[in-house]
Amino acid sequence: MELKVSDHSGSASAVAGGCSASGCGSSGDALAHLPEHIRAKVHNHPCYSEEAHHHYARMHVAVAPACNIQCHYCNRKYDCANESRPGVVSEVLTPDQAVKKVIAVAAHIPQMTVLGIAGPGDPLANPERTLETFRQLTEKAPDIKLCVSTNGLALPDCVDALCTHNIDHVTITINCVDPDVGAKIYPWIFWQGRRIKGRKGVAILIEQQQKGLEMLVARGVLVKVNSVLIPGVNDEHLKEVSRVVKSKGAFLHNVMPLIAEPEHGTFFGVMGQRGPTHDELQTLQDACAGDMNMMRHCRQCRADAVGMLGEDRGHEFTLEKIETMDIDYGRAMEERRQVHAAIEANREAQRKKSGETFISITALKARRRETPPALIAVATKGGGVINQHFGHAAEFLIYEANDQDVRFIGHRKVDLYCSGGETCGDAETALAKTIQALSGCAAVLCSKIGYEPWGALEAAGIQPNGEHAMEPIEDAVAAVYRELAASGSLERATPAPLRMRA
Amino acid sequence: MAYQIVEGCVNCWACAPLCPSQAIYEAKPHFLIDSVLCTECAGEHPDPQCASICPIEGVILDSLGVPLNPPGSLTGIPPERLAAARAEIQAR
Repeated sequence: MELKVSDHSGSASAVAGGCSASGCGSSGDALAHLPEHIRAKVHNHPCYSEEAHHHYARMHVAVAPACNIQCHYCNRKYDCANESRPGVVSEVLTPDQAVKKVIAVAAHIPQMTVLGIAGPGDPLANPERTLETFRQLTEKAPDIKLCVSTNGLALPDCVDALCTHNIDHVTITINCVDPDVGAKIYPWIFWQGRRIKGRKGVAILIEQQQKGLEMLVARGVLVKVNSVLIPGVNDEHLKEVSRVVKSKGAFLHNVMPLIAEPEHGTFFGVMGQRGPTHDELQTLQDACAGDMNMMRHCRQCRADAVGMLGEDRGHEFTLEKIETMDIDYGRAMEERRQVHAAIEANREAQRKKSGETFISITALKARRRETPPALIAVATKGGGVINQHFGHAAEFLIYEANDQDVRFIGHRKVDLYCSGGETCGDAETALAKTIQALSGCAAVLCSKIGYEPWGALEAAGIQPNGEHAMEPIEDAVAAVYRELAASGSLERATPAPLRMRA
Repeated sequence: MAYQIVEGCVNCWACAPLCPSQAIYEAKPHFLIDSVLCTECAGEHPDPQCASICPIEGVILDSLGVPLNPPGSLTGIPPERLAAARAEIQAR
């Protein structure tokens, strides 16, 4: 396979290159300043390291359908092939089926480094199924990292068992530390044989979450905290959540936007609760960033997702298909080792190269200090380079460039406008939606772009750019920012919203 | 005296391990309760365990056919609101 991979940044650029970690180089990876032993643990974990997510893939196995709480953003009728969001799966697996699937995926997608169990219910509400899956994988596929994501209610009771199975990464969804806020998010919990409604139930949930967090940290397990940003419900409160979980030792906070459409059948969807805007999400993430490492590359994937973040190859690994696959995992493991070594070699090479770029960005600083920051969108298929056609991008990564650095701030999903063939009649509206999704961006970088979208983007004040195909993302973003700054177009443009900085 | 699971069950497994009488079993298209074994948790628990963890309204019925978790009781969505949302979506 071709591994034209190149990237830099983050943990890397802080070490390499001739500039200090704080002032220049990529600030895209929020983990750069973490202790070496933690960085080593997340180095090839796509869900924990922004930089790693360009190179490595993950998968979830849906072995855990039962849940012990109800959240207003969740509908427990979880079987849907066409929806991409947490809690949704196509088929629930037994632990034996899940192990078989993991081995099949690991052999076919050697970049897959991480197996997570994230539902579709709570993995610790029926811990036997979750733990049995982990037990078998520890033995059969020792080169795969194991993670679990939980609401935390049953966590304190499971900490010792998780540690026994070598689980190194745990994600707890914590939406509140105040029961009055939580009463608007959780209608009930199931606790010690009873359904407990309202504030009383939430108080127990919060206590268990915090206790579980402390217990994991005390045992040296890496804990990430996920929070769902619900405008008008917990938006301001999440700053407090961020402070509290950091003080207890969580190392990364992932604030995700509420997904709520009426057709999802959730309480929030049906009752018309809106999700946050891009700006609201970013503003809150930046506000929390003063106290905490923030994660911004989460794609909120399904509980049975397979592949690179932002893609889902689950349909290639249905039960029916994996039944016919005969895999020699010893051999697969050797191939995986080689692929990982190639990826690392490319990351290392890129790292060395990127130092030069950033020195030149630093030079820029002295010249045009007053140039405002700009948002720049990027179309990529992975590998850390600009390698996707504008019309093929299902999402764009958004970077903020200023005169000192380039940082990753999130992604924006779009409807594919270039689906070709019969659906081309929809191209115009889909393009309009894409342009809408890119609002606020000064430029969009892609490998290629058609004549028509080029004109439409320009008309919308977004500069299309196909000149940096196959170049490392952050270097290209820096170069384009420099061009825009030099041409003076950034000063004429609507300034990007000012945000609080770390 | 026995409960029953009816259409709408999403096969989430939550109830089965909680049953003190092992009356709940996996079946197609959904889990079922063995009416001979089910005691409605009498003498075992103050609340019937299956109905206390079940996330889906209206799928566990008592011996009179009345849902233990009536519409709106678990999600908090008023039934008329849900019906209106459904009608609106189907009309699209």
